[in-house]
Amino acid sequence: MMTAREQFLAEAAKRILITDGAFGTEIQNWKLAEADYAGALGLSHDQKGNNDILALTKPEVPEAIHRAYFEAGADIAETNTFSANRISQADYGAEHLVREINVESAKLARKLADEYAAKDGRPRFVAGAIGPTNKTLSLSPDVNDPGYREIDWDTLVDVYLEQARALVEGGADFILIETVFDTLNAKAGIMAVRKLEAELGREVPIMLSMTLTDLSGRNLSGHTVEAFWHAVRHAKPLTIGLNCSFGATQLRPHVKTLAETADTLIMIYPNAGLPNELGAYDEMPDTTAGFVAEWAIAGQVNVLGGCCGSTPAHIAAMAKAVAGLPARQLPELEPVTRLAGLEPFIMAA
Amino acid sequence: MTTPTPAISGARFVNIGERTNVTGSARFKKLIMAGDYPAAVEVARQQVENGAQVIDVNMDEGLLDAVEAMTTYLKLIAAEPDIARVPVMIDSSKWEVIEAGLKCVSGKPIVNSISMKEGEAPFLEYARKCMDYGAAVVVMAFDEVGQADTKERKIEICERAYKLLTGIGFPPEDIIFDPNVFAVATGIEEHNNYGVDFIEAVKVIRERCPHVHFSGGLSNLSFSFRGNEPVRRAMHSIFLYHAIPAGLDMAIVNAGQLDVYDQIDPELREACEDVILNRPARSADETPTERLVTLAEKFRGTDAVAEKQAEEWRGWEVTKRIEHALVRGIDAYVVDDTEEARVAIAARGGRPIEVIEGPLMDGMNVVGDLFGSGKMFLPQVVKSARVMKKAVAHLIPFIEAEKLPGAKAKGRIIMATVKGDVHDIGKNIVGVVLQCNGYEVIDLGVMVPWSKILESANENDADIIGLSGLITPSLDEMVTVAEEMQRSEMTIPLLIGGATTSKVHTALRIDPAYKGPVIHVLDASRAVGVASQLLSDTQRDPYVSSVSIDYAKVREAREGKGQSDLLSLADARANAYQPDFADKSAAPAQPGVHVFDDWDLADLIETFDWTPFFRAWELAGTYPAILTDEVVGESASGLYADARAMLDKIVAEKWLTARGVCGFWQCRREGDDVVLPAEDIRLPFLRQQFKKSRGRANFCLADFIDPAGDWLGGFAVGIHGIEPHLARFQAVHDDYSDILLKALADRFAEAFAERLHQHVRTTLWGYAPGEQLTNVALIREEYRGIRPAPGYPACPDHSLKPVLFDLLNAQENAGITLTESQAMLPTSAVSGFYFAHPESQYFGVARIGRDQVEDYAARRGVDLPIAERWLRPNLD
Repeated sequence: MMTAREQFLAEAAKRILITDGAFGTEIQNWKLAEADYAGALGLSHDQKGNNDILALTKPEVPEAIHRAYFEAGADIAETNTFSANRISQADYGAEHLVREINVESAKLARKLADEYAAKDGRPRFVAGAIGPTNKTLSLSPDVNDPGYREIDWDTLVDVYLEQARALVEGGADFILIETVFDTLNAKAGIMAVRKLEAELGREVPIMLSMTLTDLSGRNLSGHTVEAFWHAVRHAKPLTIGLNCSFGATQLRPHVKTLAETADTLIMIYPNAGLPNELGAYDEMPDTTAGFVAEWAIAGQVNVLGGCCGSTPAHIAAMAKAVAGLPARQLPELEPVTRLAGLEPFIMAA
Repeated sequence: MTTPTPAISGARFVNIGERTNVTGSARFKKLIMAGDYPAAVEVARQQVENGAQVIDVNMDEGLLDAVEAMTTYLKLIAAEPDIARVPVMIDSSKWEVIEAGLKCVSGKPIVNSISMKEGEAPFLEYARKCMDYGAAVVVMAFDEVGQADTKERKIEICERAYKLLTGIGFPPEDIIFDPNVFAVATGIEEHNNYGVDFIEAVKVIRERCPHVHFSGGLSNLSFSFRGNEPVRRAMHSIFLYHAIPAGLDMAIVNAGQLDVYDQIDPELREACEDVILNRPARSADETPTERLVTLAEKFRGTDAVAEKQAEEWRGWEVTKRIEHALVRGIDAYVVDDTEEARVAIAARGGRPIEVIEGPLMDGMNVVGDLFGSGKMFLPQVVKSARVMKKAVAHLIPFIEAEKLPGAKAKGRIIMATVKGDVHDIGKNIVGVVLQCNGYEVIDLGVMVPWSKILESANENDADIIGLSGLITPSLDEMVTVAEEMQRSEMTIPLLIGGATTSKVHTALRIDPAYKGPVIHVLDASRAVGVASQLLSDTQRDPYVSSVSIDYAKVREAREGKGQSDLLSLADARANAYQPDFADKSAAPAQPGVHVFDDWDLADLIETFDWTPFFRAWELAGTYPAILTDEVVGESASGLYADARAMLDKIVAEKWLTARGVCGFWQCRREGDDVVLPAEDIRLPFLRQQFKKSRGRANFCLADFIDPAGDWLGGFAVGIHGIEPHLARFQAVHDDYSDILLKALADRFAEAFAERLHQHVRTTLWGYAPGEQLTNVALIREEYRGIRPAPGYPACPDHSLKPVLFDLLNAQENAGITLTESQAMLPTSAVSGFYFAHPESQYFGVARIGRDQVEDYAARRGVDLPIAERWLRPNLD
């Protein structure tokens, strides 16, 4: 029997795979009231906006969204757990529910993935999504005290481990460490998965996705795309890529760089363009699909999908645009020493 | 204008900053102990500014909470982008300190160090943790028994560690061995060979443990002379001078603690060298150690003397002071000294530029020579270049003030050699010509990615972009740039130039990719005409439309030609060339690989083919007739005289080093492949497919090899050491000398290829022992056998170059590396195969059919799109 990693690689060798799109903007369409979020959990804080808790209080919402993305042609469901960690849930007084939210979310995605796979025989995958939290390991929130940190490594590893363990328990195939604005946070996430692997005695494949904060192609902690790759390559990630940040047009040069330097699958899921004056995303599905298909044609990507503002219509348009296109071939890298500060450093062999 | 930068990149030796180490720097220790972290952070900043490529942080001090200090310091430097851009080396003998550091470092650091001191289990546990944190690691040659002292022990421990590490999946390229530098001259006889043991062990380990690196702490070596800094510095410099060529590729050392090899007192140098290399005694009554110990006393305390000297040199004459400052990298007084020189020159009616041309250039000459001959190290040269920059920066306002007021640039042109390509002679000539004609040129240098070209064009509001490239893969990259310009909806003209570019390629591939004007510029002399028409309000439109009509015609003509005139691959093979293998050359007299570390430059000058040299300067004609040519004779003679003068200097002062390697391997032909059974290598070659007339064969290089068994040769030669010289030319905007030297270096490379081929024919392979050819006959290639190069017409696939390089181990044997587009570094380099059959001849493969590309991809073991990309120029 093939492992999830092997199965994913086999599918990725055949074609461009599709991951899903945004959850937040989709949930907004349901116009839920506070009571819908809160359910009968009896939590002390206002739950409005706690999207992840819907897995417990109104599971039909995430279920409908997963279903819509699978219908649109997605191969991967990303669990609705971006903020389902102890740090973010503390803002809602729901930190004691972290395990439950993640297990239920993963179960939900698993159930639908298996349902769709059974329908047409095409494998579907569940990526357990882990967000960055709103704390950062390599930056000080206090300009007058650059050495100060709001959180330390060991704490963050524990936070991630708790979430990753629950996601895998619920049936996630992979752990997707996404929207990485601080490379050191991502490294703590990798360490958490390593610890989980030791607990389980088996591999838990990692997907990594960086987010850029400026057009020169750096994330918030200051790493260039290539430096980020050097810093996380030890994770032997199943996919590496970019998400959120900007629209596809702004990501283009950085996708190219990554495709040339990373010897693993590339997964890119941009926003549906840049927000307009009202903060809404109005790039049309065919427009976004046209942009991302260019990467596919240029042989720069293996997995495509959407982030903020994308809808099932965007995902369907992408799936259509890349159908039949060959998958990106992995480059073979010279065995040279790849180090990194904020910038990459290669030691001549 | 471009800013002068020290063009000393790609050096193999990694400079690790060590002043942020409490065990190595008393000052840093004091700052940390006092809790003065802001000042301690400045130490790191200075190191990076001074050229440290990695910074070593060590907090191992008994009175310090090392975990706390390491954590605090690493967090603080993470907040400084100009420090944090380089990787960190987390240095501690305690694992808990290392792990605390690993939790703070966001990039990919180096851990220094782990060892098998406590046995295999903890060693592997630490190694696994390094893998989980994502770090390269320094491994000390230390096992359960103790530190490795002898060569054999060093090899044994490193090899064992290598096997253990690679056994758990540790990437071999992330292993850095520290095989222990031990104290010599201790008076104990067993210690005498420690220096040699280290150097010899590195050589062997490098061979047995592929992809690893080597590091060493130098301070141990000279431990017997503690308190005697002058002797210690000399020992460190001499040790590096010998250990770097053996494979040492990083060392934790303070650039300020190194002496320039050549400036070490000769007696002291010899004595140190005898000790480090464990040479026999020079006299019966004194061992090398005794001699050095005695001699050392003479130098003890010369630090105080040196300090006095430091004051003393301030009393020297100004040009001497400038040279001293440049060689020593002291920038404290250089602005004052430069100003003094400028005032003195102005007083006698001279111009500010003369300060650059005189004392500053002279000083940099000295630095360049010392570096080129391995007697100064990279960090020192970086410091010298900084001093130079400071001096030039001081002079620039004076030089600018001299310029005529109101002279406004006619237009702003961005120029670049595209990504993957390193050739820039042509581009620099075009740049100079344009500047002389009043255009502002922003030269982005070589290996420039498209993103930077576009960015710079936008930022500078450029009027024109000019691209250059020499090797065929650059053609594809130019298409990419054109596509990107189109995508960002630019409209400014794009100029295309360089040896492999052509009007046909520009018309067929680049022009359709970009809607704005695309113009192929045949040579520099046309550049000004093209630029002025493009920037003229009245001439622009007619000119642009005439060019685009012209290109459309080229495309039509191509389409009309169709594909019909190609033979099928099977038919072409049936018409292969059939030499008489009864005449084939005998087996080489000296098979195997031959390395030439330093071919005599004067000898190469004898073999120069001068005609292409003049062509590089766009002077048409054949040497020597060109010198008396009616039209260009005068400028050709002037140029020739300058070239000769520079050659004299190149030889006398040993600016350049000619390194080469050649080898011969048993082989046989299999179809269009040449198979090297012992090396397990298959070299696929391409066959001409266009229809031949009058019974001419469809050639393929494999035709010249006997299927029943034969020999194939290969070679690679490179001219090293040009960078410091170019750096000093560039630093003073001396484009003329810069281009002259590059053009001469190319001549050296070509001459070396020719001379080596001759040596091969007469001696090494020896199939033409009695060959007597004049230089003219050599240039006309009136000899037996050919030396076709990958990427050239007979063998157009550049990607065979890495295969050839592996066979020759060209990187190690001749110091030549390849870029991602298979351009060779150093730039002046030639490589190729040797075919010895008397009937072997040059030909061009030219256009090939799809059937052959598919067949070739299969033989080469690559996917079709890759083969298509490599062979793009042959598919049009």
